[in-house]
Parts: sequence; structure tokens; C-alpha cells
Amino acid sequence: MSIFDNPFDPDRNLRAGCACGQHQSAVEHEQATALRCDPIESEEKRYEGVVASAVMRAMFPQDVARRAFLKSVGASTALAALSQFFPLQTATEVFAQTGTPEKKDLKVGFIPITCATPIIMAAPLGFYSKHGLNVDVVKTAGWAVIRDKTINKEYDAAHMLAPMPLAISLGLGANAIPFAVPAIENINGQGIVLATKHKDKRDPKDWKGMKFAIPFDYSMHNYLLRYYLAEHGIDPDTDVQLRSVPPPEMVANLRADNIDGFLAPDNICQRAIYDGVGFMHLLSKEIWDGHPCCSFAASREFITTAPNSFAALTRAIVDATAYASKAENRKQIAEAIAPANYINAPVTVLEQVLTGTYADGLGGVKTDAKRVDFDPFPWQSFAVWMLTQMKRWGQIKGDVDYKAVAEQVYLATDTRKLMTEMGLSPPASAYKSFAVMGKTFDPAKPEDYVASFKIRKAS
Amino acid sequence: MTTSSLRLRAGLVSIALLAAFLGVWHLATRSTGTVATMSPEYAKLMGLTATQGKSAMPGPLDVGAKLWEHLRRPFYDNGPNDKGLGIQLGYSIARVGMGYLLAVLVAIPLGFLIGMSPLLSKALDPFIQVLKPISPLAWMPLALYTIKDSSISAIFVIFICSIWPMLLNTVFGVASVRKEWINVARTLEVGTLRRAFTVILPAAAPTILTGMRISIGIAWLVIVAAEMLVGGTGIGYFVWNEWNNLSITNVIIAILLIGVVGMLLDQILARFTRMVTFPE
Repeated sequence: MSIFDNPFDPDRNLRAGCACGQHQSAVEHEQATALRCDPIESEEKRYEGVVASAVMRAMFPQDVARRAFLKSVGASTALAALSQFFPLQTATEVFAQTGTPEKKDLKVGFIPITCATPIIMAAPLGFYSKHGLNVDVVKTAGWAVIRDKTINKEYDAAHMLAPMPLAISLGLGANAIPFAVPAIENINGQGIVLATKHKDKRDPKDWKGMKFAIPFDYSMHNYLLRYYLAEHGIDPDTDVQLRSVPPPEMVANLRADNIDGFLAPDNICQRAIYDGVGFMHLLSKEIWDGHPCCSFAASREFITTAPNSFAALTRAIVDATAYASKAENRKQIAEAIAPANYINAPVTVLEQVLTGTYADGLGGVKTDAKRVDFDPFPWQSFAVWMLTQMKRWGQIKGDVDYKAVAEQVYLATDTRKLMTEMGLSPPASAYKSFAVMGKTFDPAKPEDYVASFKIRKAS
Repeated sequence: MTTSSLRLRAGLVSIALLAAFLGVWHLATRSTGTVATMSPEYAKLMGLTATQGKSAMPGPLDVGAKLWEHLRRPFYDNGPNDKGLGIQLGYSIARVGMGYLLAVLVAIPLGFLIGMSPLLSKALDPFIQVLKPISPLAWMPLALYTIKDSSISAIFVIFICSIWPMLLNTVFGVASVRKEWINVARTLEVGTLRRAFTVILPAAAPTILTGMRISIGIAWLVIVAAEMLVGGTGIGYFVWNEWNNLSITNVIIAILLIGVVGMLLDQILARFTRMVTFPE
């Protein structure tokens, strides 16, 4: 007997009749497995159902007796009667929290860019408190600092660029400390911005000798810009200069003519346009639609010492991400994260980024609802792609077991389980194939993929 | 020519200079007026710099208005990343105070020891000479790595940067106490400890305090940079946070306040120095 079937059903056959033994018939079994991927209308309803079932079962442990009771009074009456003397509401709330967090007061670091939207908005919009946590989101000066503070345990978890946990786990640019990614923050949402004076140089082939800024060496921005340049025959190591510049300084550097452009996270791109110093050459979405950018990361140590806190945190982030993925919520989110306590940027800029109706810096208004999107599932194929690029540009020397590293760092299995519990519909596989600038990536053959590029660092 | 009239005239010149500076600033940051024509729909999405040709540099009036806003509510607290200027300055002063106090506790006794013993003075000299010129911020990564706590690291950086001027001045002050006074003390058979407190300390005090005054200046210089690096709280973090939002107005206000607080700290030490100075 399973806890997933409906105990309020008086006609339920008590003899198991399907392959897994949980359903009455093979047909129902199939239905149930298919249905599991459908979101239930609301989380409260879902938890309520689970709790009511559990109580019903506890009161009538004998299936036959329960059935007799239900037959005589009817399911809805039974439920109503049950809620009369049993505090279903309270029980549901308690259940929704699942295991009590070992540690309730948590600190989560973030960098003030729109990629961190789910992490940030979860504070003002109450997603952390809903999952029983008291989280301080702390603004941090740069990627190296956020890395060190998370390693030093000043932060329990942090907003990191998607390749950073891979790099930290591999010991690139830091001591090797096992990190894990339970959720991706955002997909898309970056852009290549050029100084206004280059508005006639739209062909990357003319970009030889230019200087570009990227936020960090271990960033999707670095890999995407390199990929984009290389596809146009520009060797990013010899033909142009790539500089690691903290995002807020990018706009100032662009104004001062120190750089010719950048591939940066939003709101920085839109901010450069807002201040009239640059224009949007290309959204990162046009290089790879659906690429990951930032991730929510924690050390393995935190996950093992405080598994319930970690699960609650992940739930809050997944919840917030799901909320942020709905277009109708974006305006409210922009207002919630704009104050000085969070991103500290003009609301107009954030709104343009999040709603996708934006000024392009050349006098036009463009609309692209998917300019930035939010999808928490940590595809392991994303990790494999990042590792191929680390290898391609010489950040990883020697051999690497792509699959093993990806599976160790990107917690697809755990997140899938969690999302299923939350009534969301995670994909069944952790690997998917995708195309970057029209070239298909097969996560099963990473070595061939690396070898297929003409422009890469000789290793 | 009396001193009071000199002071009056100096004050007048100061005010005239300030007025001239503000005037030039105001004129230099006026709107340029050259604005590209754009559709109203597009203009709504753009900032004032782009739509009204407003200078990216704020004028004195903008800064004044914003400063008034900050001064009216200096202690607000909107969460961990947004606190009033008074609170931020408080954090910075507390950090400087802690690091500086630790440095005083170490530098002055050590300085006495080195100054009174020619052997130690010679033995420790090479270390001090190597450690002294290191930029305090160069210690930052090492501190973060070993201490594993950013706020203690900031205090450590203040400690390490403010220790050297105090130490060297104490050594110098103690070593250059007039030989006659020490000899007199010796003839009167005063013990070493008593000699240190009753003869050497008063004699060396002005030099020591000069060292302390130099140190507090350096500590205040360094805290801003250290807080910009580690973030979280403090006036340095405030500068970084506003820089993040490209709000030059707030950055200018912070600069102004950093200057004022630095001056106050310096004046306090200067007053102490005057208290212990003696005519020979």
C-alpha cells in the first residue's frame, strides 16, 4: 500500500494490481507516473492533500474500516469532520517545512546583478520565511570575495557564476573544496555592449585589437564571448584583449574609453545604455538560447552538516525561481529588488531587463520576453559544456572526467526529487543536447567537441 | 598687524576660495544642452544623462540636496546592505578604534623595550625596516586566507598599518631622551621600571604622540580601502555600494565625510600632543 493513493476513495481496490504494486491497475499506474509531472494548482492545496491523507490513514489504519466509514459518510463530509477536530491547517504548515532546519539564521551572499534575482527577491517577497528560514542576503564586492567568504563559511550559501563551483571543486584559482550547485539562477540575461562610437562596426571580424571586459575568468561571459569571437575567426587570446573587470566598473570604463565593449551581466548592459555610453550589440540569448549564467552554490560541508537547512534553502530558491519565471510577476520583482539594500539600481533599468522591453541604445525599442528567464534545473550537460570550454581555453590542463565532475557538482538528482515533491515538473534526464551558434553539442562526446574547434589554446 | 585680523582675513580668503570652487564646479556640470532627438517611448527608457544632456558629474546643488537628505536621517537601517551614513561611519570608526588600540598596546611597550635596549634595537631593526614599507592592503589576501573572517581581517589590516609609525616614534623618543636626565635618575638610584615611567615616558611623550597622530591618519586612510574590498558595512562599503549604482553624488558625499572624520580624529590626537608637550 502506498501513501500516494487517495485514502478518501471508498471504491479503491485494496488488492494491488500494477507492476510497481502502488496502483490498482496498469492503466492507473501509467496515469500516475505521467501525472506526477503536472503541477498542482497551488502548493497549499498539494500539501493539504498529503496531510489529510496521512491523518485519515492514521485514524483508520485498517483499509477496510476506513472504506466502510467513507462509504457511510462520504469523502467530503469525512474531510470536513476531520478538519473540525484535527488542526489540518497547522499540520499542513508543519509538513510544508519538512525536516526542521538545523540552522535557521543563514547568510547568503550575492553580487548586485539581475542574475541574482531569485536569491535577492526571496528576501523581500518572503520566500525564505515561507520555508522556515531567516536569511540575510549580503551584498558582496566581487566574485573572488564571494568565493573566499563562502569557503570561509561566513556565508552558508552564495550566488556564484555557473562555472565557479566547478572551478572551485577542481581547485582552479583556489584550493580544491567540493562545492555543489542545487539550482541554476537564471538563463539568458547577458549581452554584448559596445561603446556608442563603434555603432558602425557590427561585424566581429572588424574587432581586431579591441579591448573587452568580462566579469571573471570562470564565467559563462568569458566562455560565450570567446566562443562568439572564435566563431567569427577572431582568436580571443591573440587578436583582442579580454580583461576581468568588476561589473560596476564596466560602465565607468566604457565611458572613459578604457574598453571598447563588454559581455556583462544585466543590469550592467542596460545601465550602459541608460547612461548613454553604449548600445546593445547582441543579447547572449542570440549566441545560445537558454544558456545558464549564475548558480546558487553551497559547499558540500554545509550540505552534510545542515541537510534540512540546505533543502529548505533550495526549496525557497526553486520557489522564487518559479515565481520569477512568470512574466506577469516581473514588474513587481523589479520594484522589490531595486532599493539600495538589494541591487541598488534605477527601477527603469531593472524593468527593462526583466520585462524584456528595452531601449537598444541606438534609438530603437526592442521587445524580447525571454531576454532573461529563470529555470532552476541544474542540467549536468551545462556543466559538461563549461568544462569543455575550460579545457578549450587552457584553464584545465590534462585530462578531466567530464561526467564525473558534472554529476558531483550539479545536483540534478536531488533537485529533481525536490522539485517533484514541490509539484513542479522537472525533466527526467540530467543531460540534454543544445546548440550554441547553430553548432550542436552532444554531452556524451565532450572530447570530440573540444577537438572540433579550430581556434583554441594549444595544450 | 594683530593676529585676530590675520585670522579674519585668512577666513575671508578661505570662504572666497570655496565660493570660487563651488562656482566653477556648478558651471562645469551644467547641462550641455546637446541632445539627440529620440522618440518619447525610447526616451522614457533612458536616463537623464542621455535624454536631457545632463552631465554625468553632479553639480554642487545636487550634492547639497542629497547631503541634507542623509543628514536628516543618519541612522536608518533598511536591512544588512542599506544603513544610514551615521551607522556606516560608526562601523568604520569602531574598526579603526579596535585595530588602532591593539596597535597602541603592542607598539608602545615594544617601542620602550627597543628604545631602552641597544641590543634589541639593532636585532629587530632589519625586520622593522622590511615590514614597514609594505602597503597594508597587500596583507589583505593573506589575512583573509589565514584569519578566515573578513571583519577581523579588516581590523588586522588597521593594526598592521598603524603599528609602524607608533613603534618607530616610540623607539626614537625613548632613545633620544637627554642623557643628563637618565644619568640624574641613575645617581638617585631609581629602578628601571620607575625610570621608564617617571623620566622617560614624560620626556618621550610628545614624540610618541606624534607617532600616534601619524598612525591614526594612516588607519583612517586604510579603512576605506579595506572596507571597499571586504564589503558588508562601513563607510568604505557605502562608497562601493554607491559606485555600484554609479551614484557619483553619494560618492562625493562620502568623500566629504571621510575627510571631516579624518580631520576630527587628527585634531583629537593633536590636542593630546599639546597636553603632553613641555617647554625645555
